[in-house]
Amino acid sequence: MRAEWTVFKLVAVLLLAAGPAHAILPIQHWQTQSGARVYFVENHDLPMLDLSVEFPAGVGFDRKDKSGAANMTNRLLRMGAEGMTEDEVAQKLADVGAQLSGSFNTDRAGLALRTLSSREEREQALSVFATILQRPSFPSDVLEREKIRLVAALKEADTKPDTIAALNFYRMLYRDHPYALRSSGEAETVERLAREDLIDFYRRHYTAQQAVVAMIGDLTREEATAIAEKVTAGLPRSEDAGPELPAVEPLPAGAIRVIPHPATQSHILIGAPGIRRDDPDYYPLFIGNYILGGGGFVSRIADEVRQKRGLAYSAYSYFSPLKERGPFLIGMQTQREQAQEALEVVRTTLREFIANGPTREEITAAKQNLIGGFPLRIDSNRKIHGYLAAIGFYRLPLTFLDDFVKNIERVTADDVKSAFARRIDPDRMVTVVVGAAEAQAAATQPVK
Amino acid sequence: MQAEMPPQDAGLRRRHDLREAVTILPETRQPRSERNVIFRIPPSRLLACAFAGVLLWLAAPATAAVAVEQMLGNGLRVVVKPDRRAPVVVVMLWYRVGSMDEVNGVTGVAHVLEHMMFKGTKAVPAGEFSRRIAAAGGRDNAFTSLDYTGYFQTLHKSQLALALKLEADRIVNLVLKQEEFEKEIKVVMEERRWRTDDRPRSIVYERLRSAALVAHPYRNPIIGWMNDLENMRVDDARAFYERWYAPNNAMLVVVGDVAPDEVFGLAERYFGGIGPKALPPRKPQEEPPQFGIKRLTVKAPAELPYVLMAYRVPVLRDPETDWEPYALEMLANVLDGNAAARFPRTLVRTERLANSAGASYDGIGRGPGMFYLDGVPSPGRNAAELEEGLRRELARIAAEGVTEQELRRIKAQAVASHVYQRDSMFYQARQIGSLEMAGLSHRTLDLMLEKLRQVTPEQVQEVARKYFVDEGLTVAYLDPQPLGARKPIAPPPGLRHAR
Repeated sequence: MRAEWTVFKLVAVLLLAAGPAHAILPIQHWQTQSGARVYFVENHDLPMLDLSVEFPAGVGFDRKDKSGAANMTNRLLRMGAEGMTEDEVAQKLADVGAQLSGSFNTDRAGLALRTLSSREEREQALSVFATILQRPSFPSDVLEREKIRLVAALKEADTKPDTIAALNFYRMLYRDHPYALRSSGEAETVERLAREDLIDFYRRHYTAQQAVVAMIGDLTREEATAIAEKVTAGLPRSEDAGPELPAVEPLPAGAIRVIPHPATQSHILIGAPGIRRDDPDYYPLFIGNYILGGGGFVSRIADEVRQKRGLAYSAYSYFSPLKERGPFLIGMQTQREQAQEALEVVRTTLREFIANGPTREEITAAKQNLIGGFPLRIDSNRKIHGYLAAIGFYRLPLTFLDDFVKNIERVTADDVKSAFARRIDPDRMVTVVVGAAEAQAAATQPVK
Repeated sequence: MQAEMPPQDAGLRRRHDLREAVTILPETRQPRSERNVIFRIPPSRLLACAFAGVLLWLAAPATAAVAVEQMLGNGLRVVVKPDRRAPVVVVMLWYRVGSMDEVNGVTGVAHVLEHMMFKGTKAVPAGEFSRRIAAAGGRDNAFTSLDYTGYFQTLHKSQLALALKLEADRIVNLVLKQEEFEKEIKVVMEERRWRTDDRPRSIVYERLRSAALVAHPYRNPIIGWMNDLENMRVDDARAFYERWYAPNNAMLVVVGDVAPDEVFGLAERYFGGIGPKALPPRKPQEEPPQFGIKRLTVKAPAELPYVLMAYRVPVLRDPETDWEPYALEMLANVLDGNAAARFPRTLVRTERLANSAGASYDGIGRGPGMFYLDGVPSPGRNAAELEEGLRRELARIAAEGVTEQELRRIKAQAVASHVYQRDSMFYQARQIGSLEMAGLSHRTLDLMLEKLRQVTPEQVQEVARKYFVDEGLTVAYLDPQPLGARKPIAPPPGLRHAR
């Protein structure tokens, strides 16, 4: 009872802190003349600005025969634009202390900028940002050099047990779906990329209509409006709604792959397609995963694998909700001789959790953490900016953060149990083990 | 639940992170590449810096709120820095004891003890510390470095007292149980495998340091040698705890939406009754001079060669009168402080000799300083050619100096980055603690930035001439070995999908 009371007390603290009639985080939202969606939080605490422009242009929009085009397009944005070489881009930004980064992942891709908000610095940084985003030149010689660098890095990554595990895991999980594609492409497809492929990818995917601008910092609404126009007005235009991702098919059956590797530890991944970002089960699964393997020291997986048995330094689970069904994943690394034991512990833990759901005490503890810890999610411009970008890209309600506590609060133990039972079938999961004992591997070589 | 799924490969990570602290929980549950791809959150959230060296990162101009300090009667120093942007507080308790305070045969014990600090006191059973912090909506973790050990919690400001009460309890009341130790030492050995043994470039770094230094304990890895871990006893952790964990060897740093007087009051209430200890004398253990170049090779499964070079250089001891550390910091940034710096521009983009190349300077620390150069040669080029290229860039600076414009650019970045750092309460707490643990006052932050801004091209040239000589150099190569056949195969019976 006392624990329950603490939850309510924290909810009350949060609501009071926010004030009765105000949103926790007032997000201003509008569209630019070119059709880009803008999400802005005005905050004058620090003399700085965080800005990103993102598009549906991540790995999911690659084609198998041109795998890597999405990533290379994003990478080359920073390496030359109308009137500027890559050195000039780097120098102009460095001269005013601005930090530029590419953002690139499964669904999204774009550019992000952090700059001082003082006029001179801000204008120089924004001018470079607007140019490279809207008038990139994709220089051929830079492309050739980056292909060589990337192919070498891919080959190096191919020797790493964690990379080998992840690549096999995603291929088994997503098969023909583009989410199965390697994020930077395959060495063979990268080698074949031509400048035209990048220009084509850019024109189709970096369009104004699809752009999401996320901004937080020391700006007035008028300044933010002008900036949003400046960084999107010259983007490619497209009449259609943009490319769609295919739906993710469920796994036909459980599968396991064991791959030899000289590493001392086995790298283990277990998972299945999880949920979409707009899934109605989002909150029950979010809380459930905190209890199962997401809550650091206090999760069941960490407790069983690490605290009780000392089998691993790192053992965890997570859902990664995406436009289409993102992965649910359990991961750990353990000395190869005890890989089987660790696998059994994790499987038993998962089965038990799915069969019986969380206890009331676990639900209470999870809510205490997620609700009481809510302010930690938005305690910096960087974190708020991350939420703005996600809210914009996935078209989440503008009240997403305001509703967070309420949405956590209403989840019951039964909701969690039922959501996991519907979403995760322990008999239909993919398991990858890299770094199995050589003897074990050799004993099971298929007869040629 | 995470917002994004991890890309599956490394891409072109800027450089190997040399200053990684050892933490009790993995810093991330995703491949590092993820962190590099989305908004370039620096490689290690703990010791991260966007620039080449720690010194620049640590030097900050006066910020809106000034840190205030008090010392309790038992010698515990308390530093409070208000930051009222969010109703959140970061509590960090720093102990001025790290892996450099270990003796032979028990390397790694500082870090093992850090793990054991979560294994229960008389009043708070094993695992309960983290459970209580979690139930209060908080997050907690800990870190061990060469110089110090730190514990931290981030919570809603209303939970400050809870964190202080729990931290105060485990300064004196830790119960080190044999059964808990037996499990936890296995966790630490797994951590060593994960962190070092299966990462060829980490081995290169570990072996380079132990070759570069002969007497100073910086030659031992923070995580400890595997054989020392295998033979460690719970009594080793207990002895270390009893020797070093005391209020007069600690500093409490609190950053967040708090009033200093409130924190001082709570600190007195929870920590005030803990008695001080007579601390063991600290031996200087000065590293004897080096008389010539040292070279080593690490053979390990990899595709690409890798070169790591370390020059012995001074560290900052007197922020007022020293000038060389500031010049060395500027030098590291001229080489690799931003995308327009010399290494990425010359070695990677123009000459195409390197797939990646980096420079960094450890200018803050209790022990001897190092200046690192590292890189991966481009396909078709070898480690020796890259070593030559790295040396050539340094020789060019020794001969021709650097430009005013290069320095101006770095100074602009330093000023900007200190504004950016104020976005994170965690960084602010980290900044105060790491300076203090190295024996430098957090009050010298303004002075340090000013000194950095005063560095001249001549000074950069002078340190380049003076320190980048073979007598102080150690060079390590990674010699890549094939993995052997690794075709996917059918699972052995024991690993079949469980029913």
